[in-house]
Amino acid sequence: MLVALFVTCLVDQLAPATGRSAVRLLEAAGCEVAFPEAQTCCGQPAFNSGYRRDALRLARHFASVFGDYEAIVAPSGSCVAMVRRYFPTLADGDERARLEAIGQKTYELTEFLVDVLGRPDLGARADEPVTYHPSCHLLRELGVRDAPRRLLDAAGVPVVELADAERCCGFGGTFSVLHPEIAVPMADAKLDQAMATGTRTLTACDTGCLLHLAARAQRRGLDLELRHVADVLAGGLA
Amino acid sequence: MTTADELARHRPRGAPLPPLRDRVQATLDSVELRGALGAVAHRFNEARRVALAEPGMAEVKARGTRIRADGVAALRENLDAATASLRQLGVHVHHAATGPEAARVIADLAREAGARRAVKSKSMATEEIHLNEELERRGVEVFETDLGEWIIQQAHERPSHIIVPAIHKTRPQITRLFSDVAGHELPDEREELCAFAQQRLREVFLTADLGISGANFVCADTGTIVLVTNEGNGRLTTSLPRVHIALVPVDKVLARFADLGTMLPLLIRHATGQKLTSYVSMIHGPRRAGELDGPEELHVVFLDGGRKALLGSPFEDMLRCIRCGACLNVCPVYGTIGGHAYGGVYPGPMGAVLTPLLGELEEGTELPGASSLCGACAEVCPVGIPLHDLLLELRAALAGRRTSGSRRRKAFFGLWSRAWARPSLYGASARVAAFAARHPCLARRLPVARAWCEGRALPPAPPEPFRTWWRRERADG
Repeated sequence: MLVALFVTCLVDQLAPATGRSAVRLLEAAGCEVAFPEAQTCCGQPAFNSGYRRDALRLARHFASVFGDYEAIVAPSGSCVAMVRRYFPTLADGDERARLEAIGQKTYELTEFLVDVLGRPDLGARADEPVTYHPSCHLLRELGVRDAPRRLLDAAGVPVVELADAERCCGFGGTFSVLHPEIAVPMADAKLDQAMATGTRTLTACDTGCLLHLAARAQRRGLDLELRHVADVLAGGLA
Repeated sequence: MTTADELARHRPRGAPLPPLRDRVQATLDSVELRGALGAVAHRFNEARRVALAEPGMAEVKARGTRIRADGVAALRENLDAATASLRQLGVHVHHAATGPEAARVIADLAREAGARRAVKSKSMATEEIHLNEELERRGVEVFETDLGEWIIQQAHERPSHIIVPAIHKTRPQITRLFSDVAGHELPDEREELCAFAQQRLREVFLTADLGISGANFVCADTGTIVLVTNEGNGRLTTSLPRVHIALVPVDKVLARFADLGTMLPLLIRHATGQKLTSYVSMIHGPRRAGELDGPEELHVVFLDGGRKALLGSPFEDMLRCIRCGACLNVCPVYGTIGGHAYGGVYPGPMGAVLTPLLGELEEGTELPGASSLCGACAEVCPVGIPLHDLLLELRAALAGRRTSGSRRRKAFFGLWSRAWARPSLYGASARVAAFAARHPCLARRLPVARAWCEGRALPPAPPEPFRTWWRRERADG
């Protein structure tokens, strides 16, 4: 199956290793991966700030880049939620229908591997225990609850439950820079829970959350690694 | 710099509100407050989870959502029907377009009744219209009778939660406060403190000549005023004094009495996690001939206060809200900053939506931005209000306003989206950002990076973007 990778601007610029992990996992699942080089960003920063016309400009660009592919996969719950849930709200009529159709074939990486391909076991093996933070948009906008856990389980990774796991980490895109005074204490609450698990790795499926948490953990001098689930799994591929 | 105590106090009308940032900082600086917030929210969240785990609750929620959505669609008709039903029962019905008008109507009624002493059961609507201020100005003594409300009234503070108004107070603080009121030391024990409040309140109940309440619901077909409470103060307030006035926002009307079968369990389970509150009062008109209790005179003041203007707007769904408070309890922002930091009467996600919509505060316009949009509020809402989508909708509405900040942001996103819709300019701006990231002294001059660095380290600059790797390793392979 040919899959178009939407790497997302955050992964492209700030966590390129996660993009490479996504490629390896998709290939391990038997997919052929295309990377349309004209891709940029889903437009969520403009949308969340209330600038919908500007967001629509990027939605149209996304549609022109990815519209012809059968499946589009991104290593981010939040960016996929933007495409699937919010793109259609930006337009009317035919354009709305076209954006809706694109949303329906755009998947978050773990969702695609488990729910679409039915391949929770990609042959990855790792035994370092981790804890898992279900990022909000993945969980609530896309309804993806089990896929990341099933992949980690199949790889033999022990997952220690995070207390109050479904509470937001405080990233929230522009929120994290508009309101650091609120976002940072929210990160602290999440990091404290992660430290209490006794594991040294906190995983999630959204690079935004991971960068925010890692930046706070570093400032606090915590012995905690923040890793994308894709990186944990790809690290365990032969 | 504001402190948590200053923030808790009633703000005289027209007095400027400190900026959101200072209000948040005040909460964060108060260790007691943060502890109290966490503990109470946890207790309520656990109780709600247990109460909602029972079979059939999903259907009750779906039914309740439908009842409220239909109720909003037929709000004007239901309001007319409720007015007719109430009048038939001998209730005097008044309609107030604005908060100040409602406060004036109630104060006039108090004067006509010759009232000197008013007892109140908990009502956020009376907070919204600043009723106590108006009554006191007109020489009527006002006593809050809900324990939490009584506590904060003694402290000259305002509620920080719509269900648990004194959630920000710890027991040692309450002991100190009550000891001051009593004029002697009271023991730091729950029973003793409650007994003290009860004894004080009984004296007031027996001498009050006016009872003021809100309403959880008013049924349009029967004219029933419904109140749910746990302390019994609501029943005393509405049955002992000679005159009872209920202030009812127009969105509290239910089409049918039978809807209570759905709405009461839904409201109560989401509010406190109980199956039913200790008291559910259903009031049908004033005292009739031969009856032993109940007020001789009963008034309902329907408050619009900006609600009808929401009909047919993108914000209409907000009128479904039944004020259960569940969205406050699950909100990580509310849990971090507390109720007073919101600045208005209604805090939490529902407050962040309602405050700017009801036009209560010009400052309320900063509230929709102070959300991580995690969606926990919409997930828990018993009547399916898409709260975080409404926050997004408000951000879009506010983005169109002509303030200097929104003009700057508008220009930024206009440029940004035009650039990033073109791969070559995306690549160029990414190279600039990468260059800045490799030179932290440069990066720290950017406002975005400066804000990021408040409490956080700058992310290390990766050696190359993903696309560079792809082009080198994969593009032709």
